[in-house]
Amino acid sequence: MAGALPDVAQHDTFPKLLRYNAERRASLAAVREKDLGIWQTWTWADFRDAVRKLAGGMKALGLERGEKVAIVGDNRPRLYFAMSAAQSLGAIPVPVYQDAVADEMRFVLDHAEVAFIVAEDQEQVDKVLSQKEHLPALRTIIYDDPRGMRDYSEPFLHAYDDVVGMGGEGGWDEEVDLGKGGDTAIILYTSGTTGTPKGVVLSYDNLLLCAKIGADFERLREDEVVLAYLPMAWVGDNVLSYCQAHLVGFSFACPESPETVPHDLRELGPTYFFAPPRVFENLLTQVTIRMEDAAPLKQRLFRFFMNVAERAGADILEGRKVGILDRLLYRIGEVFVYGPLKNVLGLSRLRVGYTAGEAIGPEIFRFFRSLGINLKQLYGQTEASVFVTIQANDGVRADSVGPPAPGVELRITDEGEVLYRSPGVFQEYYKNSEATAETKTSDGWVHTGDAGVIDDDGHLRIIDRAKDVGRLADGTLFAPKYLENKLKFYPNIREAVTFGHERDFVTAMINIDMEAVGNLAERRNIPYSSYQELAARPEVLDIVEGHVSEFNESLAADPQFAGSQIRRFIVLHKMLDADDGELTRTQKVRRRFISERYAPAIDALYGGEGNIVLETPVTFEDGRSGTIAGDLAIRDARVSEAGGERAAA
Amino acid sequence: MSRPGDILLSVKDISLRFGGVRALTDVSFDIREGEIFAIIGPNGAGKSSMLNCINGFYHPQEGTITFKGTQRRQMRPHEAAAQGISRTFQNIALFKGMTTLENVMTGRMLKMRASLAEQAFYIGRGRQEEIAHREKVEEVIDFLEIQAIRKTPVGRLPYGLQKRVELARALAAEPELLLLDEPMAGMNVEEKEDMCRFVLSTNHELGTTIALIEHDMGVVMDLSDRVVVLDYGKKLAEGTPDEVRGNQDVIDAYLGVSHD
Repeated sequence: MAGALPDVAQHDTFPKLLRYNAERRASLAAVREKDLGIWQTWTWADFRDAVRKLAGGMKALGLERGEKVAIVGDNRPRLYFAMSAAQSLGAIPVPVYQDAVADEMRFVLDHAEVAFIVAEDQEQVDKVLSQKEHLPALRTIIYDDPRGMRDYSEPFLHAYDDVVGMGGEGGWDEEVDLGKGGDTAIILYTSGTTGTPKGVVLSYDNLLLCAKIGADFERLREDEVVLAYLPMAWVGDNVLSYCQAHLVGFSFACPESPETVPHDLRELGPTYFFAPPRVFENLLTQVTIRMEDAAPLKQRLFRFFMNVAERAGADILEGRKVGILDRLLYRIGEVFVYGPLKNVLGLSRLRVGYTAGEAIGPEIFRFFRSLGINLKQLYGQTEASVFVTIQANDGVRADSVGPPAPGVELRITDEGEVLYRSPGVFQEYYKNSEATAETKTSDGWVHTGDAGVIDDDGHLRIIDRAKDVGRLADGTLFAPKYLENKLKFYPNIREAVTFGHERDFVTAMINIDMEAVGNLAERRNIPYSSYQELAARPEVLDIVEGHVSEFNESLAADPQFAGSQIRRFIVLHKMLDADDGELTRTQKVRRRFISERYAPAIDALYGGEGNIVLETPVTFEDGRSGTIAGDLAIRDARVSEAGGERAAA
Repeated sequence: MSRPGDILLSVKDISLRFGGVRALTDVSFDIREGEIFAIIGPNGAGKSSMLNCINGFYHPQEGTITFKGTQRRQMRPHEAAAQGISRTFQNIALFKGMTTLENVMTGRMLKMRASLAEQAFYIGRGRQEEIAHREKVEEVIDFLEIQAIRKTPVGRLPYGLQKRVELARALAAEPELLLLDEPMAGMNVEEKEDMCRFVLSTNHELGTTIALIEHDMGVVMDLSDRVVVLDYGKKLAEGTPDEVRGNQDVIDAYLGVSHD
């Protein structure tokens, strides 16, 4: 199929590819959106026309080549049009995380010196307006949804529909022709586990070459169906929806609203799907909960066939030899259990599914594989235009992220840090040459900041963030993320943060999963009204203690980690939240920040107290702040002998 | 858009008795086009009775109600609805077993002209109407941001969302006057804020005139253009929120008489 892809040397920017697709695939779907309950479709010709009109209007409003255009909102066709319109005028789109609070947004908008902002709705416009005085470069704001905007009289505010009518349609082709592959295509701000966000500058060549590597590798076709539901500011959405759609000519669909994604997924039935492990965890949690509520016969049927799938499913998917009886049972299971289940999840038609961003639980991973869903892991970074490693269809493993993607070179430093070099390697961090020099060597190698090992058959295993790997007081290795991920494989545990660097033993702070534990509480008639109350119930603490003890038992079997068993833990009285700065926008734990904010709790964990009164600041969704206080019990967990009989998971 | 200021509904000298109980005594006020009008008062003041009179559920013994220039005394609720008055209820009155979508569709019932057979077999006018009405209903669903619960049976929804579905059903009838009986009762702060936003945008974006009963004074003072205060079935005061707030009779009715 590779021959079907356009020549990226000739069509070296997305606007040029848009033009190419609009000629060759004029009547094929390019973009869909569910609106007013119906999937609306824009063909490639519609897409080009919409972009051409918008670009005309933006030019009439005075947008110059090289200026930055921020895109703020959920995945909406018009925001993608705005991205394309900016690119066709030689301006640089800067998508911004739409759920960022105004202060956070200011940093990016100010640092990128955006001249134009295209915002989805009143909520986003309000955020921008509240920061307007700090944004000297900002000249124009365009909003998509006019609802609630009636009383706004600022002269620099324009409705999308008005802008579309402002300019002529002429001159677009000439503007597009001026673009070159080496130009900056986009600046993506990384959420940054430490410090302030950094603007990753990617060229058209970076994105296109990387998109092509992925498209060739997976043999993507123009009839792929993709749901663009992850933040537009995230490189994954940009490459896998926008870039690859342009390159391969398939269509991407925008969900009706963030809350309807599960419905939309089911209606659409994507063939090519990308999700962080969290999404798959949630899907599995929901399946488990719903099966617990099902009739006994259904439960038995489900358990029986899931056992069959566990035995034979992955082997059948990967084309290995399977006994006749299992093969037959699997067929029957497909009719009664797997098929309907995949249909409910919206994964019936999936050809290629990726999970990345964090480690995925092996049980979760195997569950989806055993259903016959081709879920694979990849390892990527914004700085690499996504792909660093990808698992091939016949080389999928739960514990590795696969071998280097075609065109990517991989190397491990003596300290254990993973380095890579590829055509997708970013140009620089915008206005931050110091950070660029720290991350990218002069000969093009990029420091990932992740600690990993390459095993004998060339697969990469990521252990932790390189800077987070520490040592216990007795010198044994302490890899907090490895432990936390392992803990999070329990459906009842939503988030965990472990401590142990230069300490005598390991301790943990845990967030329970409100949905899973709440369901359990209902079943056992445990009353609760809030997360805080549920998390403090002794019954819940008992459950978590059981999990931690079991976790210790499995760690004990692994000589490298036997010393990292968790002796003491608390269940926190509030969820760790990105709004409070405890998680990044991509839901990763900000370790240093947490250990400062929760210092009293950590002292208590190592001090031997039986409980701790904690008061923590919280930020509400409207930006106001307050505090939540709670009296938390500290529990001791059972520690197992090293080399215990249980095998490690 | 309606022109604010014209009188949409005029209540004149209404008295309502249940046997010996005087629920309302000589109450008069006007609701103007395009405004948010609040009816407040302590428990048992006659607020819900007043709404029930306006939408024809109760028939007052004395007094007149004039809606869009037409005076009337005896009107049934469905006639009021046909004339452009919709309402929501203090204790949610939805069809619990039906989905959100189906419930909101019932708000269009009065506008359907197809025969039973046409609707049952989904032919002729039945089909055309269903599509046209569904479009309108989808606009309302979009407006109130309840897409995610479109196919969820209402009985399974949390209370705050049920309230929103009820508002959706009332809006589906495209009313000129919307009566809201304690739209925020029993809600938490976040749900209240959402509901306030929807009430305001209904008023601003759709131009619907709204009369509401509400106990949360913060909500009333923020939302309404004008307020009427009832106590023991009598009108105590009428005016802008600020005027009412400063009225000594109102303060006495709510807080008891002060002694300092």
